[in-house]
Amino acid sequence: MANKNENTKPKLKMAVYWGAACGGCCVSVLDVHEALFDVVAAADLVFWPIALDTKYKDVEEMPDGHIDLTLFNGAVRNSENEHIAKLLRKKSKILVAYGSCAHMGGIPGLANFSTKEAIFKRVYEESESTVNPGKVRPQPEFEVPEGKLYLPVFYNDVRTLGQVVDVDYYIPGCPPQTERLVEVFMAIVKGEELPPKGSVIGARAKSQCEECSRKKSENKLVKRFYRPWQVEDDGETCFLEQGVICLGPATRSGCGYRCIKGNAPCRGCYGPSPDITDPGAKMMSAIATMIDANDPEDIQKVVDNIDDPAGTFYRFSLPGSILRRKMT
Amino acid sequence: MNRYTIDPITRLEGHGKIEIFCNDDGEVDNVYFQVPELRGFEKFCEGRAVEEVSQIVTKICGVCPGCHHMASGKAADAVFGVEPPPTARKLRELFYMAHFVHSHIAHFYALAAPDFVVGPSAPKAERNVLGVIAKVGKEIGTEVLKQRRIAQEIQALLGGHQTHVVMNTPGGVRRGLSEDERKDIEEKARGFVEFAKFSLKLFNDVVLQNKTYVDIILNGPYKLDIYSMGLVDKNNKVNFYDGKVRVVDPEGKEHCKYAPNEYREYVAERVEPWTYLKFPYLKKVGWKGFVEGKDSGVYQATPLSRLNVADGMATPLAHAQYEKMYETLGGKPVHHTLAMHWARLIELLYAAEHCLELAQDPEITGKNLQAKLDKTPKEGVGIVEAQRGTLTHHYWTDDKGIVTKANIIVGTTNNNAAICMSLKKAAQALIKKGVTVDDGILNMVEMAFRAYDPCFSCATHSLPGTMPLVVNFRDKDNNILRTVKRD
Repeated sequence: MANKNENTKPKLKMAVYWGAACGGCCVSVLDVHEALFDVVAAADLVFWPIALDTKYKDVEEMPDGHIDLTLFNGAVRNSENEHIAKLLRKKSKILVAYGSCAHMGGIPGLANFSTKEAIFKRVYEESESTVNPGKVRPQPEFEVPEGKLYLPVFYNDVRTLGQVVDVDYYIPGCPPQTERLVEVFMAIVKGEELPPKGSVIGARAKSQCEECSRKKSENKLVKRFYRPWQVEDDGETCFLEQGVICLGPATRSGCGYRCIKGNAPCRGCYGPSPDITDPGAKMMSAIATMIDANDPEDIQKVVDNIDDPAGTFYRFSLPGSILRRKMT
Repeated sequence: MNRYTIDPITRLEGHGKIEIFCNDDGEVDNVYFQVPELRGFEKFCEGRAVEEVSQIVTKICGVCPGCHHMASGKAADAVFGVEPPPTARKLRELFYMAHFVHSHIAHFYALAAPDFVVGPSAPKAERNVLGVIAKVGKEIGTEVLKQRRIAQEIQALLGGHQTHVVMNTPGGVRRGLSEDERKDIEEKARGFVEFAKFSLKLFNDVVLQNKTYVDIILNGPYKLDIYSMGLVDKNNKVNFYDGKVRVVDPEGKEHCKYAPNEYREYVAERVEPWTYLKFPYLKKVGWKGFVEGKDSGVYQATPLSRLNVADGMATPLAHAQYEKMYETLGGKPVHHTLAMHWARLIELLYAAEHCLELAQDPEITGKNLQAKLDKTPKEGVGIVEAQRGTLTHHYWTDDKGIVTKANIIVGTTNNNAAICMSLKKAAQALIKKGVTVDDGILNMVEMAFRAYDPCFSCATHSLPGTMPLVVNFRDKDNNILRTVKRD
């Protein structure tokens, strides 16, 4: 690329790619709005399937380390995701796991509560609107009259990007807050010193609760837990103090409190706060300290009325957690 | 046998791939449109609380998360056997109109307009949204970005999270609207109406006044005589948020009109071994393969089909445009795939007008946001129109409202068979012996499915505009003879 900025400093070569993702991460990149023109002025986007024509083949032809910065969003769900993850690792100087799915597995990672077989059976055989007496399923290779067709192999487990390739940095969030991305991007463009490899960047080093604007008191004791619709939320009081499960204590801040502002409790998309290794374990201990009971049986009763604790505490993080998947 | 592989195109929830098989004479034998990805939401929603599912399913698509949130929210209402209070319902609709405004603006200007404003065979470097801006002026380009951002601001205000909205709770919404906020939205909605009117004028001046383009719309290889599907209100007017699903046959005669909880009587899905995406079809007509006509259960669920099934638009300016379109194109129903762009702009005007109506509704700032949930949750279906087609969510729960089963038919999925057929038709008409398959030809093939605004085009956010395409000429041993690509 011959493009150079006014200082004749070579422009940053940047790639954005999606694995098993929803497109929301790419939207978060575009949500810089008019500043997109500044981004384009500072960087050449060399690969970005949502927006550009560069093909896998073109990426394969690039020299190793050709791309300065790659934002990989999405989890690794199938063989194509894995192949491109490895390809981009080779071609990129800095590989960033961008967003919850690449970081921890994200929502697609909830599939690790199940298996490939159970998913295929549900989708292609049991689904109430599906008519499939022959139990046909998509095949990695299939012979049609005109030739052979290929599909990527669907894996049993969803993996995080870091479980498949060496990752330099993690930018959490579902999707990451655009402002955080711009901060990171500008730091790289200006050649600022970057944090140690493996760091979570583009997020705060605090937990959600430390900056949350909802009112908190000293008394956090509750006698039972509620689903959000079971309480009349006043829009101001800490969700946990209202007995509503909120993942604030176990979650890193940096999201801009988007869900909280919409009167919905946190579900942990920014991942565990810095001092925590496992969000589920942290939530269990946070909850244990809140239960207004002493008798172990009473405590157990309170815990038991939490619906779907695993699917709530590991909402965005099952593949990246110490559990990784439900044992089957 | 020659073989063209188009891989990847950008996609719905994964990557699209097109395989074009030609015979030795260079004529197209068959075309396969493959969706090579599956995530299995139906399965992993099991075990989750139904109100949590309404937030989980937004992650099906980061481009149209609001549609999944609305269909899911309505399914959750039905699970609890409640209707949201009028204010809550209107707030949902207000959000939803902003969602449509944002998506339809972006699709037209970023994806469709390059083909028409710049031209279908213009140099590829110009055939993108920047080329559109160059042609119509930077002022208009800035206005496009501005209107899209304003629509997103309304979504963020009502829905909390700007992408993965957290607005709905069973039987209600989590947040009300203050009078100041209402005034602000009213002002913004006026801007939407003006912008939608302008967009239709632009379409008229640039497309309809250009004989070549009108020829492409009416006489190009982009016509498919199939059934149309769409949601209508009690007056059979187009509705995005609520009503019954109406289906008309290729001649425009009503085939059925069903309530959300009856969908399984009318729609079934087929599995093919060469793609992860299923093929919905009309159950009572049956699956007859990838063929057109009244005897084939293939249907489309798009802006055009929504207009085809309706008796008109529920707002005055949009209705006038509706009449004009059918008058110009020779009556209802219209089967010209490229007319979807026109239909989409008429819908943009409706969404803008309805957004303004709702912002002026005295009930919109009401305080009653939540219906009482006192029934045992059980089962519910929610249907809305997503920008890209009728969207159905169906949940079964235990008596605590924990989802035991889920079934989802996504907007673009409805059009899976139709997209395959449109691509084949376009490819057969355009790729012939002696024709050099160049970038212009590729773009004309692309135009066949771009009209559907399929989610895999991620329409709303495609800045430089063109879809990535590569075509490999292969011999029968699968060796690449020649590669044509856009770069």
